[in-house]
Amino acid sequence: MRLYAAAIYLFLYGPIALIVVFSFNAGRHAASFECCGTSWYGRTFNNQFLLEALYTSLLVAGTTAILATIMGTMAALALQRVRGPLRVVYDAMTYIAIIIPGIVIGIATLVALVTAFDAINPLLAALWPGGAKAAPQLGLGYASVIAAHTLFTMALVIVIVRARIQGMDRSLIEASADLYATPWRTFRQVTLPQIFPAVMAGFLLSFTFSFDDFIIAFFVAGSKTTLPIYIFSSIRRGITPETNVIATLVLGVSLTLLISAQLLMRRRAGAAGSN
Amino acid sequence: MPARSDHSRDIDIEFRGVSRHYGEIRAVDGIDLSVPKGTFFSFLGPSGCGKTTSLRMIAGFEQPTAGDVLIEGSSVVGTPPHRRPVNMVFQHYALFPHLNVFDNIAYGLRQRAPRPARAEITRRVGETLDLVRLGGFESRRVWELSGGQQQRVALARALINKPTVLLLDEPMAALDRKLRRDMQIELQTLQRDVGITFVLVTHDQEEALSMSDSICIMRHGRIVQAGGARELYDEPVNRYVADFVGKSNFLDGTVADTGASGAVLRLADGRTIAGRYTSTATPLAREAKACIAVRPELVSITAAQKPAGGMAVNAPARVKNRIYLGEQTEYLVAAEGLGDILAMASKTSELASGGFSPGDEVVIGWPESAALVLAEE
Repeated sequence: MRLYAAAIYLFLYGPIALIVVFSFNAGRHAASFECCGTSWYGRTFNNQFLLEALYTSLLVAGTTAILATIMGTMAALALQRVRGPLRVVYDAMTYIAIIIPGIVIGIATLVALVTAFDAINPLLAALWPGGAKAAPQLGLGYASVIAAHTLFTMALVIVIVRARIQGMDRSLIEASADLYATPWRTFRQVTLPQIFPAVMAGFLLSFTFSFDDFIIAFFVAGSKTTLPIYIFSSIRRGITPETNVIATLVLGVSLTLLISAQLLMRRRAGAAGSN
Repeated sequence: MPARSDHSRDIDIEFRGVSRHYGEIRAVDGIDLSVPKGTFFSFLGPSGCGKTTSLRMIAGFEQPTAGDVLIEGSSVVGTPPHRRPVNMVFQHYALFPHLNVFDNIAYGLRQRAPRPARAEITRRVGETLDLVRLGGFESRRVWELSGGQQQRVALARALINKPTVLLLDEPMAALDRKLRRDMQIELQTLQRDVGITFVLVTHDQEEALSMSDSICIMRHGRIVQAGGARELYDEPVNRYVADFVGKSNFLDGTVADTGASGAVLRLADGRTIAGRYTSTATPLAREAKACIAVRPELVSITAAQKPAGGMAVNAPARVKNRIYLGEQTEYLVAAEGLGDILAMASKTSELASGGFSPGDEVVIGWPESAALVLAEE
């Protein structure tokens, strides 16, 4: 039994460990491993295309995380007031958004956006004051990736923040209102500090998801290249130790964020237990 | 807001035909009451009687579905909680866990516009902490405090705002018995010192009786009886009140004869017992179902050979159980034709009679004035 368990873990994590090790390849080819050097890290950071992809990914992930956190938190707070069958419908829709495979979200968003653009662009051209030539053309790019990612990650934020709100003592909000605080000040002074760890956890998870996503971005990124798309296309030109370096970096960033999110959620549980 | 009328100047809280229905459920069903300024008022009743809903309608967390709630003579229906001149001590205190004691207590002052100066806030928090005997606790975290201390912080957090009315939602429920007694006395003293109207919600009749100037007993969303502790205890309006407030012996029967001040009841075995109507009860019709209520401390218990004189009822009985309570002794006796009767013997009567043991033959009795004729509802 123990042997099986060990074998399974080896099968799961072995390749990942191997990538990390191979990223410290001192040799010139990915196939032959020479221990040990960081020369490929240097090369990686001098790769203009890669840096551009990294910038795109950070921009998309950052914006996605901010939007998803704000809207998801707002939705979670609003859903708290919904009762009865309507609530079940909203809950179901939230979970469905998480369950739906990325490829479906990717295709659906692509079709929806392209259809919308086809309808809006002629309208813009006709109505634009500076004439049809000056009118902006809507197309796929940063905005479309961010929109698709936000759609998905918002559901994550809703689920995480909702759990925290449900664990929160409702009488705290009543106490604040009773002590003359307006609803907005109650939110800022009581609700937000109480749910903040969950909000942060939602932010970090959204960022990680968006940063790592390939499938959805592949469909709706248009001419933009995110880091996962860059890796995918560079693999087709053959694996170099550079790929290993990028993979290791992505792994590092993701793990750091995930662990932070976990710690925040645990602290949340601890703080709730102590009052 | 309507101008306040003159006669309502001394009334802090007034309910006029207030109802709160949740669909078919009538949590509060058409109640009228008024709480004079500077008094200690209690809502008393079992859970689900509408007492908490009534309190929450004063605080503004619930809105009446019918009727009018007035604070200092002005209607507050539709006014949100943060614009009402009342503060509440919550059942589990609801202290803000992310703030320390100082910030919890200063919370209300800081919401005011204009916000008081920093020095003013510091001074008033200090004063209020002294008032609840927690001086020097400013920087403590609230979860480090004991239950009694948390309750004082909750009190201070409400009192610092000098509200028109302080609302207390079962504030003693989380305290142990000894601490509860202390806090009851302290709360009563505090109320007299600050002169603010207190409105308490409790299911503990002893708590309500010992602290309040006036008590409102509720059941199924309606007021059964409102009055002072003595009135509720000595002059209950019906069996429900007599049963809920203190202990009573009840003898069921039908009205055989009725007069202006009392009635004679026929018990199941044909025996008749006379009693008086309480000042709050309305006289009953002949053949109506009713009961005789006798407080255990008014039941005399004497040895079989020497029955007490001047008793309207004298019945032989056998002692079934004896509970020594310190200041008095409680006897459960099986009386002939009357069933089980509870009798409280004071220390002095115990010393005179020498006390009784289970199995002893005794005589129990009570004067006619001790027997109250009460309607079932």
